[in-house]
Order: sequence, then structure tokens, then C-alpha cells
Amino acid sequence: MAMVTIDGRRVEVDAGTTILDAAKKLGVDIPTLCYHPDLAVQAVCRICVVEIEGQKLLQPACAFPVQDGMVIYTNTPRVRQARKMNLELLLSHHPQDCLQCVRNRNCELQALAERFGMREIRFEHKLRGLPEDHSTPAIVREPDKCILCRRCVSVCQDVQAAGVLFPSQRGAETVVTPVFGRGLDEVACALCGQCIHACPVGAITERDDTERVWQALADPNKHVVVQTAPATRVSIGEEMGLPPGRIITGKLVAALRRLGFDKVMDTDFTADLTIIEEGNELLKRLKEGGVLPMITSCSPGWVKFGEHFYPDLLKHISTCKSPQQMFGALVKTYYARKAGIDPKDIFSVSLMPCTAKKYEADRPEMCDSGYKDVDVVLTSRELGRMLREAGINLGDLPEEEHDDPMGISTGAAAIFGATGGVMEAALRTVYEVATGSELPKIDFEQVRGLDGIKEATVRVGDLDVRVAVAHGLGNAKKILDLMREGKANYHFVEVMCCPGGCVGGGGQPIPTNMEIRGIRGSALYEADRGLPLRKSHENPAITQIYAEFLGEPLGEVSHHLLHTHYTPREKYPAVKKAVCSEAAG
Amino acid sequence: MEPAARNAGICPAKIGEILQKYSRRKDALVAILHDVQKEAGYLSEEALTEIASGLDVPVSRVYGVATFYTLFATKPKGEHIIRVCQDAPCHVLGAKAVIEALEKELGIPMGGTTSDGKFTLEYTSCLGVCGVAPAMMINEAVYGNLTPERIPLILKEYK
Amino acid sequence: MEFYRSHVLVCGGTPCVLEGCKGVRDALIAEVKRRGLDREVKVVETGCLGPCDLGPVIVVYPEGTLYQKVHVPDVPEIVEEHLLKGRVVTRLVGEGLQAGVVKYEEPTYLGVQERIVLRNCGVIDPESIEEYIARDGYRALAKCLTEMKPEEVIDAVKKSGLVGRGGAAFPTGLKWNFTARADADQKYILCNADEGEPGTFKDRLILEGDPHSILEGMAVAGYAVGADKGFIYVRGEYGLSIERLGKAIEQAKALGLLGPDIFGSGFSFDVEIRKGAGAYVCGEETALIESIEGNRGEPRIKPPYPGTEGLFGKPTVVNNVETIVNVPPILLNGPDWFRRFGTERCPGTKVFTLTGDINNKGLIEVPMGITLRRVIYEIGGGIPGGRGFKMAQTGGTSGGCLPKELLDVPMDYFTLPEHGSALGSGALLIMDDTHCIVDIAECFMRFFEHESCGKCTPCREGTARMRGIVGKIARGEGKPEDLDLLDELGSAMQVSSLCGLGQAAPVPIKTMLRYFRDEFESHINDRLCPTGTCGT
Repeated sequence: MAMVTIDGRRVEVDAGTTILDAAKKLGVDIPTLCYHPDLAVQAVCRICVVEIEGQKLLQPACAFPVQDGMVIYTNTPRVRQARKMNLELLLSHHPQDCLQCVRNRNCELQALAERFGMREIRFEHKLRGLPEDHSTPAIVREPDKCILCRRCVSVCQDVQAAGVLFPSQRGAETVVTPVFGRGLDEVACALCGQCIHACPVGAITERDDTERVWQALADPNKHVVVQTAPATRVSIGEEMGLPPGRIITGKLVAALRRLGFDKVMDTDFTADLTIIEEGNELLKRLKEGGVLPMITSCSPGWVKFGEHFYPDLLKHISTCKSPQQMFGALVKTYYARKAGIDPKDIFSVSLMPCTAKKYEADRPEMCDSGYKDVDVVLTSRELGRMLREAGINLGDLPEEEHDDPMGISTGAAAIFGATGGVMEAALRTVYEVATGSELPKIDFEQVRGLDGIKEATVRVGDLDVRVAVAHGLGNAKKILDLMREGKANYHFVEVMCCPGGCVGGGGQPIPTNMEIRGIRGSALYEADRGLPLRKSHENPAITQIYAEFLGEPLGEVSHHLLHTHYTPREKYPAVKKAVCSEAAG
Repeated sequence: MEPAARNAGICPAKIGEILQKYSRRKDALVAILHDVQKEAGYLSEEALTEIASGLDVPVSRVYGVATFYTLFATKPKGEHIIRVCQDAPCHVLGAKAVIEALEKELGIPMGGTTSDGKFTLEYTSCLGVCGVAPAMMINEAVYGNLTPERIPLILKEYK
Repeated sequence: MEFYRSHVLVCGGTPCVLEGCKGVRDALIAEVKRRGLDREVKVVETGCLGPCDLGPVIVVYPEGTLYQKVHVPDVPEIVEEHLLKGRVVTRLVGEGLQAGVVKYEEPTYLGVQERIVLRNCGVIDPESIEEYIARDGYRALAKCLTEMKPEEVIDAVKKSGLVGRGGAAFPTGLKWNFTARADADQKYILCNADEGEPGTFKDRLILEGDPHSILEGMAVAGYAVGADKGFIYVRGEYGLSIERLGKAIEQAKALGLLGPDIFGSGFSFDVEIRKGAGAYVCGEETALIESIEGNRGEPRIKPPYPGTEGLFGKPTVVNNVETIVNVPPILLNGPDWFRRFGTERCPGTKVFTLTGDINNKGLIEVPMGITLRRVIYEIGGGIPGGRGFKMAQTGGTSGGCLPKELLDVPMDYFTLPEHGSALGSGALLIMDDTHCIVDIAECFMRFFEHESCGKCTPCREGTARMRGIVGKIARGEGKPEDLDLLDELGSAMQVSSLCGLGQAAPVPIKTMLRYFRDEFESHINDRLCPTGTCGT
């Protein structure tokens, strides 16, 4: 233990605690910028510097460990002057058009400028004029806004193991960019959007598609249908000022109706459908000696990552489309027929916690209905923007129900949005379908929670089914590398691209951090407990769609509409073929 | 003639040899980049990609390292690279006039490459030969006690 | 060993190489042979002899006559006159050096210079391990391995009062102690030879002139702290250094002075060379470690310090070349002997490199605490053309600029900081009164802007901003409030930058503002450059 004095008050903390954490214990809020509680400490912005008695240099509170007897001052003139100078330096290179920025009022740099009362910037205001990156349907980069805090580098390298964003050049020329300054479309980027959560400013954002949705809503000839992803019902409240983890499914439905959507249906319905298809696929692979372990396919960020980095393992990925794309394929076939609407008049919107879903919807193979199955993907943040613009306050709205025929769902679908949820939902169904008897205990606690990799063995009939769950691509990589070495002795693996699962998706409200991911996840399990139906195969709407339209799981219609294939992709961006110097010389 | 004629490329096999020499150790990256550049003239996108692939590291990291150090070039350069020091000890003894003479003689500004691809002129940090300041390096050779008058004579050796 | 009547040492330092010393050496060998003197006279290529601006330089022993600017056509005359007839060729003995260097080891010269670090530079053939051994080489290592416990070695270094010569002046013995006490399966010794401080070339001359002394010092350090592996990180521009060091390592290995079980003591030590690639910041110890690990040379956050968590996460001693070279003589002669040189707080000698407006440019080794005045006017031969002294920058570009009022300040690691400057690496840049303060300031900041690694805000943005503001003042576009802004920015950089680069970058400007503020003001207020340099 170490007894330290901060601004004249004493506190006892574990030796090695950072000054920042020790100060927090005393309620002293030291300003930070490059610090992020979930990421490697950078200590590069030098905003959190404090004075330690007996030291000439100021030290960064986020990184410097306390020692017993240390006397620390957090607001001396030297400290304040250094902080304000560093802030002034950053601001002098940062665009000043905060009003036009998507992060306006939710920007850490802006908040600091306000906190420090920055009224004047004495340095000549200079932007670097770096090119913007609009190359993907998912993520937009505006490097001129970048303050080089490197949080995105840390999440991209350490957490997601993608290695897309990295500093290049040096000194004042330093830029954080994909390799060779290419666009994100040319590199092995999963488009997970975790860098957006890491970014303290507006240098990395989602592509904003709200205008296309507004247009469709205003078009009398369009029948606009929206689907709501599992994880959005516990996060969208944050966009409207509610605390994280509030389950507001009914209010969300009401809000979407008020925005003008003709039908508000539920991705949870196709989540249940996914379980039926994927569960049967697993049973088939088990029975017929198919490729094992089978890996879940709901997470498009993971799928793209797999295509780039593990093209040799693609046959392990379930051929099931993600719930979003199953919904998209059905809304312009099954629903269109049932509702008597020409599918060309249907405009299919999905509300997703995810940036990679924007990419997924744009994949050329996602047109099995004969049209683009999902026309526009909105992230939670974009919907928040639309609701605020329309003046729709969630808190004031009544609870409403999703529309038929794709609006009924079970608790198994709700937990799709949390890590381990797909696995648990699948186990509930696979057990009962395979054994024909009822599960003794419906909750699979071993696959819940925020541990990076979770493992369990479940007795199904006379087979011990070994499963693993990984969330965050860095954790997924560990399992995939084991698979490559032939050391992964699993039958079924769930991989979610984003830490915490979809509740922590790249399209979720900002801030999203580990604590908030946990809260949102718990809310989904709470929603599951509160639902009358908690197993996908008990969903009557599912029974109905097989009876009326699909026939049987893995049947011909399913095969055509609900299953897909994967494309091996390059790990490295395309470069022109190397030529031997001897040959050329 | 293309300015980058001698930088036509490098065999993946040659890069493989270099990587093997360092037992594909990730920590040898700086040495590997030195060797590949020596072989190929500069570090092309394809060479960097080949190195990344051989070491099994993200190519962004290899590029990040290659662009950090001034002795590495990720773009083709002239046949002869002139690195002139303009740090204080050289500056005090007239580096400015020497640089002007170089720019005039070559017809290019600092950072430029002559249109025939012969010379690239760039700034270097102190070469550690301040006893004979002002100084410059042409390829591996150091020249000291420079005066504007000596520049045409020195360049003649390379033309 | 054969006996030779005379030895002719040909300086093989980089500046002499580029002035053509190799040709001179070959011509001497041929001429000596032609004259049939090859059994009496030995021609040896050696490390730097010091007066770098006078190359090629040769010294003839036993007389110790130094000839400067020797070219191939001069060779027959030297052989004929000096080696055959014993007459000094006066026309090749430099004017500027009358007092000091005519006789290389003449007492008047040694009266000021003390050679501990440079004990072998210019005396032995750096490519001959035999010559190094003949000058007590590897005896310190033998003594440590056979007579001393590691603790005793550390104790001796502690008692000697040796502090790091790279600039930070951290007590070497203490540093070793941290690593010795650390519990780890692997430890490392790193020799920092990434000499990049403008105006500094001492490490290069040691690398070129006495590479074995570095290897021996590293091995001693390895024994003291329990490390069996060493790396020397040499900047990429130092081709000759790398070549000679590589040869030295091979020779030492061949004789069993490096490698397994040295002197049958059970102690093993290996050394590997790592080549830099052009980044001044890699002279910072943690940036250097990053570079060796194959990364961008960006400094790490400290703590943890390298002593406990350094290269590959293992306890690592990082010492500058000059520091390491001090080690063998300290162990051989004892700490008390070392304390006879220099000052109480800073024992030993310091190698300085004299550059700029000074008659005798080059390398000198003098006791700590010598005044600037003695260095400039006694050893350096004063300022060319009899011009007036304006300022001297001590410690390289990251050191402060001192005006003539401070010529009598003793130069050591503790006194100079009291005047806002630093001893740093020992670079001394002398500037006469024709130079403009603002113009020089811009030159300094251009360097830091170019060399900042870009990791932390104050250094990345601050160096660029400082350069911009100083440039504006030089162009006559400065505003009165710019000077306070520079000062304020400098202070913030000094206290809040991540590493020594950013912390030191404002030092020259801050001292210039302190001692030469009026010259900035005349650029701003009167749009006038007093020396006519800036064309305002």
C-alpha cells in the first residue's frame, strides 16, 4: 500500500496505482485526452500532467505510478500552464468548425477546450489538408481532425488484431493511416468501427446515411420497413440522454412509427430463424462428419476479418446469413407476398449497432430477393440523430409492439446482442431438437460475461458438445490460430467481432466502453428473463414461416434465401507484381 | 530514361533470403529494411508487403517503421543521393551558400530529384564530421570543408 | 614483436579518410619500402588524431611531430627529410597549432589535455587487437573476472564518481546497481553509439580509433550486472565505425575475449552491432531500445526504467560510448586515481568536440570543470580572423548559448545548468560576432522540428511552432508578444514533453532569449537584423 497526498488530502492506494486512479479515489478529476480506460496507456497528449514534489518535470497522471509518501499537486500554475499550452497547440491544428462536426457536443477535445476556457489561440491556425477517406460504405476518416492520441491504433492493433491503423512518417508529419495512405477499402479492415469509439474527436465516424432514409420516408411510393437489431433496444436510449442499459424496445418501436416507417419489424425474429437454420446446420455437420468446429456467421466484421486473415478456414463458418440479411431477403419475398406489395416498392432499412453491417448490406451477393435485400443500414447513432431532429423524445412515448409477420421473437434472440448470446440461444435449441427432451436448465452461465474467451462442454444426448465463445477479434484470433494448428478441439465456436458482442458494436452510442458494454449486455439478459418465450424453436412466427414459405430448415428455399458463401480476400493490399531486378536490369 | 530505372524491383526470393539471414526475427526489421534497400534502391510497396508477409506482421507496421527513419526511402530516388547537413555547426560555417550552389548546379530545390534521375538532393541531420564543416554525403562518401566553388568539381565525379 | 625505429601514424578518422588519407598511407608504405626503411619504420593507420579540419594528418614517433594537410606528393619529402635525415618538414607543420600540436605529446599540450577516454585514439592501430592488448587492453576485464566479485566492480565504479557522458549525467555505478539487483533470466548491456547531437563526433572517433575499449567496457559491465549479451547501436551514417567495430568483435571472439567462458571464469559475453537508420531521437535510451526491437524509434513512458525493464522487457544497462570507455581504466587504476581528474562532483575528463568559428576544430579531452575561455583560447587557438566572440553553445544543439560574460564558468554537468545550459554530449559550437541570433535560432529549431518523433503533443507541435515563430521574426514579421509566447511555449515543452528531446529542444532558444533578447527585439521592433544576416 502507498499513502499519497494529492492537493493536500491523503489517500491510501495500492502501490503502483496510477496518479489518475489515486486522484479519482479522492474525487479529483484530472483532465485526460489520450487516456482511455480500456486501452493501452499512451501518455502522449500531456494534458493530464501533474506536479510531484521534488521533481522538476511534470508527469502524466495516466501513466505515472504512485509511491508511498508521494506528494502530488494537480492544479499548480506550472501544471495549468503546461496543460493549456498543449491544448492550445492541439487546437491550433484542429478544424474550428465544431458546429458542422458530427461529434459536436460529444467531443473530448471540445469538452477540454470548454473546461479550460480556451478563448484564444495564439498560434496561426493551420490545417494539414490531408485527404479524407470515403472509400467504404461504413467508415469515414477525416485525418485533419486527428489529434494523434493513438487510441485507434491501440484498439486496431491490440484489441482487434487487425493492424490497419498505424502511425507513419514522424514529427509534425506523423499521420495515423492505413498502410501506404490507402483507403480503408484497400486494406484488410473488418470495418468494425471500434476505432470510432476510440477516437476522442470526429476524425473517424460512420458514414451517415440518414438522408437516404429521410428521402425514402418522404416518398409516397415507397413502403418503408425497418428492422431493429437486438442490441439497439438497450442502447438507443443513450442517444436520447437516458442512462446505459435501459430496455426500451416498445418505445423504440413507437418512435420509429412516429418517424414514418410503414412497418417496424424485428431482427430478433430472424435471429430466432438463424438459430433454427444454424442449429440444424450444426447437427447436420455433427451427424454427417462435416467440417468442425463450426463458427457462427452473424457478425459481418468477423466474417470480413476471417476472409482477409483466415481464408483457409472459411469452410468452418456457418453458411447462415446474418439475421440482418435473412430479414432483408425475407422482407422482399415472404413479407412482400403476404402484404401484397411489389418488392420493388419496399425500402428496407435496418437499425444496427454496427458499422460492418453497412458493408454487409452492400455485398454483391446480398440480393437474393432479386433486389438489394437491405437498402440502408442505420447505426444507433444515426437513428439518434434522426429522432433528435424530428423532436421525438423516447421518454414521452408509449410502449408499442413490433409489426407482424416478422415481429415476434424470443429471449434467445434478444441475447444475440451480447457475447455468448448466440451460443446460448443455439444450445437451447440444439439440445431440445437433438434430444427431443426439455432442457433441465435454460441459462448457460459459462458462456456469459466479459471474459475474452469462454469455454463450455454441454452433454447433448450421448455427445459432449465442446463450445467456445470469443469476442473482440484479438480473442478470436487466438482460437483461429489454434484451429490452424489443429489444436482447437471444439464443435462449435461463437465469434463476435466487437468486445462485449453487438452491445459494443462500432455503431453504438458514444461513449462505448467496457463498463457500458457490460451494462448493456446485462440488460439483454434481463430482457430474456422477462420474455414468455425463451427458445427460438418455440417462436410461433417461426413455425408459421416454415409452414407457409420456407418448408424445412436447410431446405431449398432456405438455401436460396437464408444461406450464403464467403470470399477469400487478401491480407495485404494489392501491390503491383514484383519484378526481379536482374530481369529488369 | 525513367528516374527509377535502377529501382526496377526486387525478387520475392531475394527478400526471402534476407529474411532468412535474420531468421525471420521481427526485431531485426530495421536491419532487414537496410538490406532490402541496399538491394533494391528503395523500399517499394511490394517490397514492404513482402517483408511484412515474411515476418507475419501487419504491413502497416513495416511501413510505419520504414517512414520513421530518414535513411529509408519509400519512393524511388535518384541514382546518387546527396545529403547535405544544415545543422548548426555546418550552418555557422556557410552551409547555406553550399546548399544554394548545389541547388543551382543541379537545377532542383532541396528534396528534389533531377529530371534525368541522376541526383536527389536532401537534408540530413548532423553527419558527425563537424570538424570539417560544412559537410555532405554523396551515397556513402562524406565530403567536408565544402565551399560553393567546390560543388561543381565534386558533382563532376558523378555526372 | 619486432622493433621499429620510427612509427608513422596515419589518421584514419572519417574526415581524414575523405581528405585522402588512404592514398597517403599507401604512398608512405610504398615510399618507405622503396627507400629500404621497411624494417625500421612502421606505417600504421590509426583512429582520429584530433585536429579534424587539418586532414589528412600524420604523426611521426618517437618525436611526436604532427604533419597536417599531407597529400601524396608530400610523401617522398617526409620520408626523405624526416625519416631518413631526421629533419622536420616545417612547411607541413601547421601555423595554427604552434603551441599545441607540433609535438603531439609535448608537455604543454598535455598540460591541459588528459587522456583517459582517448588513451588509445591515434596511438594504436584500431584494427589490431594486439596493439590494444599491448596498451593494457583487456587487463581490466581479466582483473574483474579473476580477482573481483561483481559487487566489487560496481562498488569501484560507484566510488569513482563516474556519471553518464551521454548528457544525462546519471551515476553509472548506481545505474548498474539497479540492473544487478533486478531478478531476471536475461539481462542486457546496450552501448549507445547513436551519436546524433549536431556538433558531436567523439563517439565516432572512439568507435573508429579504439573499438576494443568499448567491447572491454561492455564486458566488464556485463560481468558486474550479470548480463551475457550486449548490443552496440551505431547510427547508420557511421559506416567506418560499424566496419571497425565488426572487425574488433571478430578479433576478440577469436582470442576468447568475447564469447563463452572468458578467461576460464565461467562468464560469457557476446556483442552484436545494430545499425540505426537516421533518427536523432534514437539516442534516447528507450527509443534506442524500441529501434533495436524493430520498431519506430519512439521513446517509452518511464517508469519502468530500462534498468529493470528494458530491451525485450529485460533489465538493461544503457551506457554511452564515452561512459563505457572510462570503465576499464577506472578498474585498472582504481577509483581514487580517477577522482584525481576533474572536479569533486564530476570526476574524470570530458571529451569535447570543437566546432564553428574556432581555429583548431576537432576533438579534445580535458578535465571536467575547465572553463570555456581556456578551451577556446588555449586549446582551440581562438577565433579565426581575430573576430570577436559572440556566443558558445555547449552540449550540442540541445544545449544553451552562453554569452561572453560566462566565458569563465566551469564546464561540468552541474554548473552549466545553473546558467540555463548543459554540458550534454560535450559539443562546443563557437560563434563569432558576425552571426545573427535569430538566424541561428531558426537553424536550431529546424533541427528539432525534423527530429521530433511526433509522439507527444508538446514536442511534435511545439518544435514546429517554435520554428515557425522564429522564422517569422527572421523575416521581419514578428510581433512583440511572440517573445513571451516563445518563452511560455518553451517552458511547457521543458516540463511536459515525454522525453529528453522535447524537454531540451527549447533550451537554446530560452538561453538566447535570456542573454540576447535585444537582438530578437530589434528584429521585431525595428525590423532590423543587426548583423545583416536576415535581410529583414
